[in-house]
Amino acid sequence: MITLAHLLTLSALLFALSVAGIFLNRKNVLLLLMCIELLLLAANFNFVAFSRYLGRLDGQIFVFFVLTVAAAESAIGLAILVVLFRERRSINVEELDQLRG
Amino acid sequence: MLPLILFYFFGTILVLAALSVIVSRNPVYSALGLVLCFVTSAAIWLLIEAEFLAIVLVLVYVGAVMVLFLFVVMMLDIDLEELRAGFTRFAWLGWMVAAVIVLEIAGVVLTRQLGIDVTRGAAPLPAGYSNTEELGALLYSRYAYPFEIAAMVLLVAIVAAISLTLRHRPNLKVQDIGRQVAARASERVRLVSMDSEPRE
Repeated sequence: MITLAHLLTLSALLFALSVAGIFLNRKNVLLLLMCIELLLLAANFNFVAFSRYLGRLDGQIFVFFVLTVAAAESAIGLAILVVLFRERRSINVEELDQLRG
Repeated sequence: MLPLILFYFFGTILVLAALSVIVSRNPVYSALGLVLCFVTSAAIWLLIEAEFLAIVLVLVYVGAVMVLFLFVVMMLDIDLEELRAGFTRFAWLGWMVAAVIVLEIAGVVLTRQLGIDVTRGAAPLPAGYSNTEELGALLYSRYAYPFEIAAMVLLVAIVAAISLTLRHRPNLKVQDIGRQVAARASERVRLVSMDSEPRE
């Protein structure tokens, strides 16, 4: 029988891996965005697990909204990335240190 | 017993896929690893009877967001070597933070102070229970207002993404619909009556 502890442990592993990914790929904006998606997935795992094991559906509604906002976030993030690449020919985070037009 | 075996099977694939996302050299492989992550997560959500969200995860994430990611990855001509330089410089910090997070969450789970017993299974759902129907009933009644705000968020995202990436190139030959509609026949055609040339 799958218990709540199983699911929480799995989501903790997923969350930790994505945080490690943010440290490892700190230069590549594209991989940073992917790691954020993974991080949100781990959070959603907790929502779904608690919703199922407490017998209340509100957690799943929250996952629905998190998915919506994450989709919007990645769309805008990728749009910014494309514009950035067009301007600088690079997506290296370390070169993005000039906050001027 | 079978659900547990399936859970371990999918869980192993999920962790390995997440690992491949963060360590692979090529961003295309990272994106494909992320697709695998979402699909196996959907399978695990099916195992704990959250069918609607499992399907939404596959449709929205694998079908839309990851395709967008793959488009962008293949569109950009990235110098990978430059981005990989110093890959392992802060790796120890990353793995240390990851280990601390796992220990902290395991501590929360194992102290059993959550007020719920984390070692029991979920209460079985009654026969004929429809996850989608229940979610819909809740979404269109108690959560109707947040639902509309979510729709606005998506609309704003569309407008923002398009206006960010729209390019105005000079010297481009395009139709000007307004001028086309405003054109009158009198401006375009001039009828001239003239005598025909006499035959030689």
